[in-house]
Amino acid sequence: MNFYLEAFQLSLCLGTMCLGVFISMKIFNIPDITTDGSYTLGASITAVLLSRHLPILYVMLASMSMGAVAGMLTGFIHTRLKIDALLAGILVMTGLYSINLIILGRSNIPLIDTASVFSSFTLFANTTYNNLSIGLLFIIITGLILLFVLKSDFGIAMRATGSSETMARALGINNNKMKIIGLAIANALTALSGFLVAQYQNFTDINMGIGIVIVGLGSVLIGNVLKDWFKIKSIAAQLALVVLGSLIFQMVLAVTLVSGVDPNFLKLITALFVLLIVALPRLRRHPA
Amino acid sequence: MISLENISKTFNHGQVNEINALQNINLQIHKGEYIILIGSNGSGKTTLLNTISGAEKVTRGKVVIHGTDVTRYPEYKRSKWIARVFQNPYTGTSSDLSILDNFRLAALRTQPKKLAIGINSPFRERVRDMISKLDMGLENKIDQLMGNLSGGQRQALTLLMSVMDEASILLMDEPTAALDPKSATQILRLANQIIKEFQLTAILITHNLKDAQQNGTRLIQFQEGKIQRDIHEEQKSKILLPDMLEWFE
Repeated sequence: MNFYLEAFQLSLCLGTMCLGVFISMKIFNIPDITTDGSYTLGASITAVLLSRHLPILYVMLASMSMGAVAGMLTGFIHTRLKIDALLAGILVMTGLYSINLIILGRSNIPLIDTASVFSSFTLFANTTYNNLSIGLLFIIITGLILLFVLKSDFGIAMRATGSSETMARALGINNNKMKIIGLAIANALTALSGFLVAQYQNFTDINMGIGIVIVGLGSVLIGNVLKDWFKIKSIAAQLALVVLGSLIFQMVLAVTLVSGVDPNFLKLITALFVLLIVALPRLRRHPA
Repeated sequence: MISLENISKTFNHGQVNEINALQNINLQIHKGEYIILIGSNGSGKTTLLNTISGAEKVTRGKVVIHGTDVTRYPEYKRSKWIARVFQNPYTGTSSDLSILDNFRLAALRTQPKKLAIGINSPFRERVRDMISKLDMGLENKIDQLMGNLSGGQRQALTLLMSVMDEASILLMDEPTAALDPKSATQILRLANQIIKEFQLTAILITHNLKDAQQNGTRLIQFQEGKIQRDIHEEQKSKILLPDMLEWFE
């Protein structure tokens, strides 16, 4: 049971990254690979600053700000230098690997004896429930702030850029600016996820971000399948479904591991699971 | 007023497929004029509209709108003065946003898009009132996605959106080309009504010579990137359809 509760907690920590992927993938239609780098960036900054006993809030803001800078850089390369968004993301992600190594100073930093966001606040005496409730609180607050942004005039303009650039330009929207800000928000949320996961697992590793974008993508796609099934249109419900997608994704992986599958196959299973999510609706549409 | 001074536009410059879409165009469009642009395919009509809106940068020349040299302004900055209706009814509005969201953006055309919730009860009422005038029954569907509407309905809403803010110029590139005859008539009637009511300066591109004859205050024919004919109000009313057909022979 505890194994599933931990998977639940991990899904909450990864939830903000999934919301970030939702912004880049579903709102702007940009496959942003920066995610892999900015997730580790958030975790690296968290590890270094927490081991120097800096206040949690300061650490969180520093992680998110640097994630935002990474996203802005991808946005800048894509919009100003007219380089394909996928390649721009790959370039920034590759560069971030070295930057993360420089920040960490070595390949990993343990966070066993440092204060964390989970140990700093006590909502329940039971550690598992306390961690879960803090994770839940984070995802609810992040979701509500994101919902406000997307429903604001600025958010509508952002969604218009992703939906129809021609229309957006004709209505006075600077599409390039919107994409840069959008990718900054997406990667700030991803870095926030790195901040949470580093404290949840009590260490930061230079390779922890490899393939994490697939987890985000899979969660967003699960949310999208559910959205289509239930014909959901509201933005609030779509954000909730992305988080639910993250939960389902982690639960599937947990069930796989509990059933005795070799953990070495975890990345392969992750890739196959995402392939299944992407392919199933298409196979249903074209049974022949 | 719109002033085009020695405007030229060349596509694929220096290559084998070089096209001189506009050649040294000089054109003064006065406030309140309603220009009908006609011409064969590839004559430069759409390129002219795009150079005014900023969708295409000119190769040479100057574009002045209301006394401001906007030659180097990007399209989104020129939208302060210009509203557009596209040939494709699905281009002027966003399918993924609700009718209300689309109108909110149109209302903010010249204003900053702030981090504040702008869709409130008075705004909803304002949009509902405007849409009810269309008599299409859309006033009770303002929360629906724009993507659920037909091409004619979306084109009508695009026209209404053009007067949500302070745009003074309306550019219409074959707005009825993709519509059935009934919808096309409705859209053109609505366009004329809006142009008159809001005293807009307008340019309409059409291949329908009957529409060209019956609408607008000035008729301009384009041919091979040049102005072939420029006929003003009094003369325009005397032109007959057979005369216009001859121009294309």
